[in-house]
Amino acid sequence: MDMNSFSPMMPTSPLSMINQIKFEDEPDLKDLFITVDEPESHVTTIETFITYRIITKTSRGEFDSSEFEVRRRYQDFLWLKGKLEEAHPTLIIPPLPEKFMVKGMVERFNDDFIETRRKALHKFLNRIADHPTLTFNEDFKIFLTAQAWELSSHKKQGPGLLSRMGQTVRAVASSMRGVKNRPEEFMEMNNFIELFSQKINLIDKISQRIYKEEREYFDELKEYGPIHILWSASEEDLVDILKDVASCIDRCCKATEKRMSGLAEALLPVVHEYVLYSEMLMGVMRRRDQIQAELDSKVEALTYKKADADLLPEEIGKLEDKVECANNALKADWERWKQNMQNDIKLAFTDMAEENIHYYEQCLATWESFLTSQTNLHLEEASEDKP
Amino acid sequence: MEGRGDGEWGGGASLTERRGGRGRGGSAGALGSPRRTAAMEQAPPDPERQLQPAPLEPLGRSDAGLGVAVDEEAEGAREEGSGGDTMTHNNFWLKKIEISVSEAEKRTGRNAMNMQETYTAYLIETRSVEHTDGQSVLTDSLWRRYSEFELLRNYLLVYYPHIVVPPLPEKRAEFVWHKLSADNMDPDFVERRRIGLENFLLRIASHPILCRDKIFYLFLTQEGNWKETVNETGFQLKADSRLKALNATFRVKNPDKRFTDLKHYSDELQSVISHLLRVRARVADRLYGVYKVHGNYGRVFSEWSAIEKEMGDGLQSAGHHMDVYASSIDDILEDEEHYADQLKEYLFYAEALRAVCRKHELMQYDLEIAAQDLASKKQQCEELATGTVRTFSLKGMTTKLFGQETPEQREARIKVLEEQINEGEQQLKSKNLEGREFVKNAWADIERFKEQKNRDLKEALISYAVMQISMCKKGIQVWTNAKECFSKM
Repeated sequence: MDMNSFSPMMPTSPLSMINQIKFEDEPDLKDLFITVDEPESHVTTIETFITYRIITKTSRGEFDSSEFEVRRRYQDFLWLKGKLEEAHPTLIIPPLPEKFMVKGMVERFNDDFIETRRKALHKFLNRIADHPTLTFNEDFKIFLTAQAWELSSHKKQGPGLLSRMGQTVRAVASSMRGVKNRPEEFMEMNNFIELFSQKINLIDKISQRIYKEEREYFDELKEYGPIHILWSASEEDLVDILKDVASCIDRCCKATEKRMSGLAEALLPVVHEYVLYSEMLMGVMRRRDQIQAELDSKVEALTYKKADADLLPEEIGKLEDKVECANNALKADWERWKQNMQNDIKLAFTDMAEENIHYYEQCLATWESFLTSQTNLHLEEASEDKP
Repeated sequence: MEGRGDGEWGGGASLTERRGGRGRGGSAGALGSPRRTAAMEQAPPDPERQLQPAPLEPLGRSDAGLGVAVDEEAEGAREEGSGGDTMTHNNFWLKKIEISVSEAEKRTGRNAMNMQETYTAYLIETRSVEHTDGQSVLTDSLWRRYSEFELLRNYLLVYYPHIVVPPLPEKRAEFVWHKLSADNMDPDFVERRRIGLENFLLRIASHPILCRDKIFYLFLTQEGNWKETVNETGFQLKADSRLKALNATFRVKNPDKRFTDLKHYSDELQSVISHLLRVRARVADRLYGVYKVHGNYGRVFSEWSAIEKEMGDGLQSAGHHMDVYASSIDDILEDEEHYADQLKEYLFYAEALRAVCRKHELMQYDLEIAAQDLASKKQQCEELATGTVRTFSLKGMTTKLFGQETPEQREARIKVLEEQINEGEQQLKSKNLEGREFVKNAWADIERFKEQKNRDLKEALISYAVMQISMCKKGIQVWTNAKECFSKM
């Protein structure tokens, strides 16, 4: 299978394909292509769930084959994310789409929800694939390639749920101490994250609201055109002009619909992903602080000559390395993340502006041609009147 | 070709040149470009003339030969209902005049029950335009309130029942969308009403028949006492009662089919325009929402730009454009409101059309009753003469009960009946004539109205397209600017 070919089945829209290429670090060396598609409903006696098909194409040696096809459910994605966070606590792991719909929905699995989730899962895997470190993660490889039973048995290894929960509790407790001794650059980073989180949340709300208003406008506009047709039934002399106006309004209606779907495709998912990212980032900061807190508590123990004074220096040495690694990893990833964020946001808003321009251009053309035809009609009539 | 009237028109008015050709100044155009001028009779108030409006003749019309010059364009335009050229033919001096309702003012006063009230007064200015140099001179200026306009219209409705009388702008704001208040004192509403009242006066002034009405003339020129003058005409007494009209509508047997069709048309017109206006108001509301929410981006972008080094400038300036976009909707919708007003005028015209139909029904019904009455009297007479009783009559009953009447008595009764029959025949003849005149004149005005309506509605729809185009151009500009800012981020 030619590694440079994209299967025609890959459901990437032109926009999201550009997105994929854009956030690569080394565009020439992309050697892992992943698609998420074909959501399927599975019904068992206990539960109903959706699986997604994942197709992987690769030229990498460490993969046994060049093409893989597996089915995964949301739970599996959650597992993968957990493993990545565990392995790389201070790297910025891409966010997963939410577990539940934010606004209470009667049906858990409606088509729009599934489609939105599918796109987000697709993005999630591709972001991992493009990350210089995460792309080589072993659990990631297993996720992409293992058959269902293989994955289940692999999942059972490693720390159980309870121990992971215990870790989280300790993490929260100790991260408070980490905050006090946070180096300057990470203070700045934290400030940025807090403000960014506020702003991106607001932008998310505003964008959702715009979509809602546009939808309501579209619904009313659909009714507006046909009234002119109704009117033309009782007006002999105005039939043509009324019908023309009705058709102009209908064309503008279609343009509105297109603008709405453009917004839903280009802007909303991007902004929403960054809302989730901002939550991720806060988690990353906490984990960094926690690692530092471990070091700090040992140092404190040494300072106040608490138990095991002999072992401490060695432990401290290890922890110091750990902290340095963690900080460096975060710093590098932070720069990378910021760069991607700027590109993504810039692209999303530029696309939104483009959609709006296109919308107004279409409507303008519609009304201008109406006006021209009316003027022509008028000239025709005028010349007919001349003796 | 100048006709000069003197003698009959004493009164010290200066002679003015007669306009040849189309006296009508200005087009019956859309509200947005008000037809400010109208050729109108500018007859000076003649103290010798009495105010005696006749049902089918407008006030102040003189048939007496004052040296009418015949204008080429005006063939057969001596009759009333035939369009603007009539004016050139009459015997009056014509001068171009401009009417404007130029200001509105809030006032307080005492009403009929001596309670304090607040109302709005409108300044009406009349200017005459000198033919030679086009300069206009203010000739009259007075204040009127809405109720006086209503009085004028009610008067016109009574004295010109065959005319489709122009409607007044709405009394209370209807078809509002959320931004517009339904308050009569709201400055935007007052402004739009000012324009509507001006339009009303211009419509009357450019109507070939209504423009010559004396009461209308006094409305523009006589501030004090005008109300009393109108009431003195006793027009309220001449008005047909609503009950009578309703009765006629249900019982008339042979109305002219054209009027029945016209009634259906006016019902349809009213229903479709109401529907259109309602949906338009909802669409406007939604559009307002879309634009205004974008304004929120402005604020957030600005706050965000504070923490961004590279993206900051782009964000900030993009935010500014979002603010511009959000505020542009106010003017856009204001313009659309004027378009809605143009449609509303024709919504209200539907009622005026129905009024003419009602008058026809009333006259027709009256005629039918008179004919019926006459037929029954003739029959009674015949029965008395021949001695057969076919129709029921009280006299017949009493005769049966109390015995036959004497031949003398019978002769007397026949005589009375014959007189009544004669009278009845005369009345029927004149009613028939009246009816036919009415139908002819009314139909002529309806044709005039139809042409006016087609012109005006076409113009309104075109102006709607022009508004949409302007809105799209603004949109393209704002978003192009925003896109540039985004791409520089």
